[in-house]
Amino acid sequence: MSLKMKINHLNLHYGDFHALKDVNIDITENAVTALIGPSGCGKSTFIRTLNRMNDLIDNVTITGEISLEGIDIKKCDVIELRKRVGMVFQKPNPFPMSIYENVIYGPKIHGAKDKKVLDAIVEKSLRGAALWEEVKDRLHKPALGLSGGQQQRLCIARVLAVEPEVLLMDEPTSALDPASTLKIEDLMEQLKKEYTVVIVTHNMQQAGRISDFTSFFLNGEIIESDKTENIFYKPRDKRTEDYITGRFG
Amino acid sequence: MNYNKLVDNVIKRILLLFAAISVITTIAIVFSLLGETVSFFKEVSIVEFFTDTRWTPLLEPKHFGILPLICGTLLITAGASLISIPIGLASAVFLSEYAGNRTRKILKPVLEILAGIPTIVYGYFALVTITPILQRLIPQTNIFNAASASIAVGIMTIPMVASLSEDAMKAVPNALRHGAFAIGSTKFEVVTKIVIPSALSSILASFILAISRAIGETMIVALAAGSTPKLTLNPLESIQTITGYIVQVSMGDTPRGSIESRTIFAAGMVLFMMTLLMNIISMLIVKKFRRVYD
Ligand SMILES: Nc1ncnc2c1ncn2[C@@H]1O[C@H](COP(=O)(O)OP(=O)(O)O)[C@@H](O)[C@H]1O
Ligand SMILES: [Mg+2]
Repeated sequence: MSLKMKINHLNLHYGDFHALKDVNIDITENAVTALIGPSGCGKSTFIRTLNRMNDLIDNVTITGEISLEGIDIKKCDVIELRKRVGMVFQKPNPFPMSIYENVIYGPKIHGAKDKKVLDAIVEKSLRGAALWEEVKDRLHKPALGLSGGQQQRLCIARVLAVEPEVLLMDEPTSALDPASTLKIEDLMEQLKKEYTVVIVTHNMQQAGRISDFTSFFLNGEIIESDKTENIFYKPRDKRTEDYITGRFG
Repeated sequence: MNYNKLVDNVIKRILLLFAAISVITTIAIVFSLLGETVSFFKEVSIVEFFTDTRWTPLLEPKHFGILPLICGTLLITAGASLISIPIGLASAVFLSEYAGNRTRKILKPVLEILAGIPTIVYGYFALVTITPILQRLIPQTNIFNAASASIAVGIMTIPMVASLSEDAMKAVPNALRHGAFAIGSTKFEVVTKIVIPSALSSILASFILAISRAIGETMIVALAAGSTPKLTLNPLESIQTITGYIVQVSMGDTPRGSIESRTIFAAGMVLFMMTLLMNIISMLIVKKFRRVYD
């Protein structure tokens, strides 16, 4: 198992507010890394630093180093970086276009034109997001006509379509019903064969079910990072144990 | 309890009455136009009205061809749209997507001031500023000309396009922008491929509104465009628009009930039809391109 991303002494301030404090994590290739912790502890803030989505927010200062395959992402072209490190959000955010157009949006802006190529990308991405069977007969219908769970899988397909290396997901199932949640959890097993997955969840059972590694955040700090089974069954820190056993958060 | 209900009822009725005023006014306008227009067409054939290329109702020999006035109106409208649509849209994109908070706080009030300037001031501006500039650039420019009036009408309608389009773009949820950024879009791609298409129905509606406003604009054209009904596409010549003609006759001493005075009702009817057509197009566009986000 090789190292995909490495985060070293990462600090982030929103104005004066110190939101991430000396964060260090290794992200392993072809594995699912879960980020858990109570609401407001900085999970979203952290995951946004990995493809520089925080660049879009005013007044953010970041120090420390994040590297992708050994290269500092600050030195990467941000467009290139986000092609390699794609992101799925908490609330499904399909574009107000057809299902087909949603999927080809990324490939098209990155230069794909040929209809056959685009058709193939659409099928591959939708299959990759376990949505193909449900939508193959209505690809040209509006994406907003899909159910919430389908919309979220479409958003995953939209990211897969640009063939990223790393897939960031910020609580991708928190707005979904249990059945849709299950579908997306099942998908993780498939996705990690081809991609490196980082997922934020405040649902510990979910982290336990789907992840290989887990980092526990509290108040902007990482309390503990380890193999998921160790975090759940042999936590080293008392606070991790308290959180896992549901004593706070 | 009963007393409150009574008050509610009375208030509702009063408000309904006020709402009804605008509806009744519209109907009254149509009827007042209609009556005189019908009388007009008893004397002038509708075929002549729409095919004759001369409009000289006040001079002998009289000709009642509305085409030169329609042409003048369209010339002004096209010229104004050439100014207001690109500049208004660019301003909206800038304000909504690129400007920082501080810049926006300065620019928005400036736009509102622009929108609040009385049209007569724009008319003077056209006559004493734009026209001399045009004459310096192109010496054969007439003192009264369509170009100068178009430019002023265009400037006047920029705020309409800018502010309505900006509102529409601002209403596009940030989640959509983030979704596009998160797979490697540039800012420009987010604007052109996500924000503008998502807000398209309102943006197009703002264009139509500006066009309607240009069709109906009176003061600027009366002052700066001239009063020579002419079937021409040359913007440097003196022309006349439908509104310009109506003003000219209304201000003159044409006796009521004469054929000359009835021309303004027929012309007014054409104007009304043109703006009505714009409204219908606008409604169709809004319906066709409307995108709901959730
Ligand atoms: N754009 C922002 N500006 C200022 N403070 C923010 C911003 N986003 C998040 N925060 C603050 O940073 C902290 C971490 O937030 P977040 O990363 O969203 O936590 P989580 O995802 O773990 O719930 C919270 O205290 C939150 O209020
Ligand atoms: Mg969060």
